[in-house]
Amino acid sequence: MDRRSFLNLQPEVRKPAVYTARTNTGLNKYTGTWTRNEVQHLLKRTLFGSTKADIDKFLALGLPGTLNELINYTSALPAPPLNDYNSSTVTDPAVAPGATWVNNPTNDGTINSLRRASFKKWWAGLMINQETNIREKMTLFWANLFGTESNDIGNAHWVYNHHTLLRQNAVGNYRQLIKQVTIDPGMLRYLNGYVNSASAPDENYARELQELFTLGKGPTVQYSEADVRAAARVLTGWRINASFVTFFDAGRHDTGTKQFSSYYGNKAITGKTGAAGAGETDELIDMIFQKDEVSKYICRRLYIWFVYYKIDAATEKNVIEPLAKIFRDNGYEMKPVLRALFESQHFFDVLNQGCFIKSPVDYVIGCLREFGVVFPTAYTNQYSMWNYIRNWYATMTQDVGDPPSVSGWPAYYQEPQFHEIWINADTLPKRNRFTDTMITSGYSTSGQRIIIDAVAFVRKLNNPSDPNRLIDEILQVIYRVPMSSATKQSIKQQILLSNQAEDHYWTDAWNIYIQNPSTANFNIVNNRLKTLFQYFMNLPEYQLS
Amino acid sequence: MDRRKFLKRSLPAAGMIPGVIDGFPIRAFAAENGFIQAAMLPYVETDKVLVIVQLSGGNDGLNTVIPIDGYQNYLNARRNIAIPESGILRLDGVDKTGLHPSLRGFQQLYNEGRMNIIQAVGYPLPNFSHFRATDIWMSASDSNTVINSGWMGRYLDDQYPGFPTNYPSAQMPDPLAIQVGSVTSLTCQGPAVSMGMSITDPTSFYNLVSNIEDPVPNSPMGYELSYLRQIARQTNKYTDRIRQAALAVPTQGNYPANNSLAAQLKIVARLIKGGLKTRVYMVSFGGFDTHATQVVGTNTATGTHANLLNNVSSAIKAFMDDAKGLGIQDRVLGMTFSEFGRRIKSNASGGTDHGSAAPLFLFGKNVLGGLTGNNPTIAANVTVSENVPYQYDFRSVYASVLQQWFCVPDNTLQQIMLKNFQSLPLVNNSSCVTNRPPNSFNNENVLVFNYPNPFTSTTKITFKTKGGHTLVQIMNASGHVVKVLIEKEFPDSGTHTVSFDGGYLPQGVYYVRLQNGQIQQVKAMLKVR
Repeated sequence: MDRRSFLNLQPEVRKPAVYTARTNTGLNKYTGTWTRNEVQHLLKRTLFGSTKADIDKFLALGLPGTLNELINYTSALPAPPLNDYNSSTVTDPAVAPGATWVNNPTNDGTINSLRRASFKKWWAGLMINQETNIREKMTLFWANLFGTESNDIGNAHWVYNHHTLLRQNAVGNYRQLIKQVTIDPGMLRYLNGYVNSASAPDENYARELQELFTLGKGPTVQYSEADVRAAARVLTGWRINASFVTFFDAGRHDTGTKQFSSYYGNKAITGKTGAAGAGETDELIDMIFQKDEVSKYICRRLYIWFVYYKIDAATEKNVIEPLAKIFRDNGYEMKPVLRALFESQHFFDVLNQGCFIKSPVDYVIGCLREFGVVFPTAYTNQYSMWNYIRNWYATMTQDVGDPPSVSGWPAYYQEPQFHEIWINADTLPKRNRFTDTMITSGYSTSGQRIIIDAVAFVRKLNNPSDPNRLIDEILQVIYRVPMSSATKQSIKQQILLSNQAEDHYWTDAWNIYIQNPSTANFNIVNNRLKTLFQYFMNLPEYQLS
Repeated sequence: MDRRKFLKRSLPAAGMIPGVIDGFPIRAFAAENGFIQAAMLPYVETDKVLVIVQLSGGNDGLNTVIPIDGYQNYLNARRNIAIPESGILRLDGVDKTGLHPSLRGFQQLYNEGRMNIIQAVGYPLPNFSHFRATDIWMSASDSNTVINSGWMGRYLDDQYPGFPTNYPSAQMPDPLAIQVGSVTSLTCQGPAVSMGMSITDPTSFYNLVSNIEDPVPNSPMGYELSYLRQIARQTNKYTDRIRQAALAVPTQGNYPANNSLAAQLKIVARLIKGGLKTRVYMVSFGGFDTHATQVVGTNTATGTHANLLNNVSSAIKAFMDDAKGLGIQDRVLGMTFSEFGRRIKSNASGGTDHGSAAPLFLFGKNVLGGLTGNNPTIAANVTVSENVPYQYDFRSVYASVLQQWFCVPDNTLQQIMLKNFQSLPLVNNSSCVTNRPPNSFNNENVLVFNYPNPFTSTTKITFKTKGGHTLVQIMNASGHVVKVLIEKEFPDSGTHTVSFDGGYLPQGVYYVRLQNGQIQQVKAMLKVR
């Protein structure tokens, strides 16, 4: 490197105002190569992180086989959350420690608060231990779309059931999901549907149903305030009984006719009496789903969730519109839409690679998964470790289970910054501190420790004794942004070779460790690998997937 | 009076070795300044800076600091690489020891009293692996113990507890330690987090000053990467301070060109002058692993090793001169280290293999200039595996620097260094070290010897102690401590004799090492059939 140049202070590098490279690719099937690069791209977007084992597996499967596993999964729902919360001051009278609480709803505020915490830890555990399919990311997608806050819902029973609804239907039929969500106790509670009655209509859910859950906002979305009021009247009468279950209270239902605007083709929903009043809700949702905007809106949300946040005219025309048509043509089934997106030229377009700023959950859990951090097996230890992890992504502003509002996290809707909102002067150092902690000391509680085992990670690579291939292989798992060979050489020399010039210094150290894994030999390679990983994870490049 | 001048004037010129001059450093922390304040404040207020120069690869100590008094044996041991006696650079007031011809800068620093050369620095049970030995030096661990923090990291952790939470602070607005280069080393790793710059900062220091990094592509990826880098810069709590410090020093002294160590030290001088309160800087310079052709056969004073030494010497000399010109020389202490020295006997390919103890250089205006310790003993017929036995534990050097430069009190010192180490008089910082009383011992006196010598199985070892902590060790030819004969506190001074039964040991060269307070002496013994 030119010694003079680094003494020469230059002005700060500025973010380019625009990039001129544009893509016109669309939903035509991707027919290019299927290499580690494409596998890694697909996995980092659809799972939390891409482990080497998963990359190896899906590389062999090919794109169609990979998508089958990612989307057409059949695995059962996970075991429910447990009572991890009994303490010297609080005892759950109905649920033994280590037993699940989801079948014993209660009105006890303290217990519910502890159960909500248990639920959020459990969710962290599910993401950490995710299967190699899209369920976790889609469950979180819906949780973001509906924006339900567990603290607002209050009752942990409803929180869990609402979550299970999203999880069960993660790649199901969207129209069916919205019908169920509309009368789900958690949602009735969250957006006040349970107090929406003929005498005192509450428009909260009726508005969000259209604005946030189906149609969105925009020049082509023309529903009126009168439509919001009419929808609210349709939705009157839904309540929650003493057994914590939704029921339709016909006595509180508005039996009048609900007239909608020209945007809905002047549709009128005739008021019905008795139990039949409940059927108006389906009618309302079917009316909304007549609008093409629903499919476009959801496809844009998916695009921002999985691809990138900039949707220019070409992308709207080449990707969103055809994707929305697939959505409609398939009766709002999610699987065909996801498949079409992930097998498209557009998804694998090089301009759509490596541009996705990881969300806090993606960052934290992706790191744990890619490094195969081992968690304890006893549930008490697990829950406290999961809580520790949960707390990290919460402090990085993504408190899963409690998004900031019904709109979800601003990174997925707030123009013009979108994903960049995750990264600021407060959160970036926290991200670095998380990875620093995990690679250096890890986290210990009750005699258990979670930590990145750098040597174990490297032992699974194909050529750990060759420092050049070692670095390449590491980057092929944890990085999406290419690194110049000059930078790689410099890092290799400074870290792996301890400033020596020749590769054999590392090779010898590694081979000696393999032949004789004594503590001293382990530490020699471990110290250097830790420094190497820490360095990689501290570079801004690591924030991108 | 300036202690260095005192030493220079009060000692006989010939063969005088200030390092062995006497005086226990009483480190009389005057009640009104040093010690009491240190006990009351969370840290010791000081503007002193330590610059650590790592010479990676294992520097050949015997061709760096050359034994003139034992020249014939030196020549015999390494005929193909030995420096011609006529070319050895002489040191003022020293007859028996000289420097490699490339070390003109060091010679000048020494003669000006700005350098202390400490002979045969090492540790018991030397390790010959680059990486492990480097880790030992950086962590200051015993060679058979693994410590995952660095000695400087532990010092800084003691000074700035809780770092990085609540830092930068008004008290310490700057990085605690800066390593010039991409990554901080184990040296600056604290018990929990790294105290070094490049680890709290995602952008390396080079990049921070120069903005050199991989370019961003014209794509969404490049767009987001630029954004992230911009935030990373804004978030680096130290960016502005460092840039301001660098910008505040537009002109500096001359540094040799094409010398990466010089370039690194130039940055260090600039940042110190620029006002950073950073206490520790680390620079490194590699290539010392000279297994083959370390010299040009036809002129052994030239070649790879000569070039390396020339770079080191000229870079450090330029740095010292720059420090003087910038008016910061009172604040700066420098120290070299290398993970090991090299074998006494050269190999057939004109190089030297991994060895053990080697000289270490301290430099700075406040260094107690001189030569500490004796030339390593080289036997007339050196075998291939023989190594220089250590005279000074490297951790004694560290401990002395912490004690005498950073005014670290004894109880804390022991925590940082993990045990108690011999204190050597190396540095003068008036706020922590004063009034070293003269010591009645002179290293020219024989303090330890054995009889009979050579011996077959048992020999009697006689040593003089001035009282206090006394250690007598037996080392084998490769520098390993094979027996600790005495390690205890003596209430009074006196001469003692102890029997050593070496019947179980193979024949060959052994060393007996006496350490008593800050004095140590090593004598060779020969076990025969």
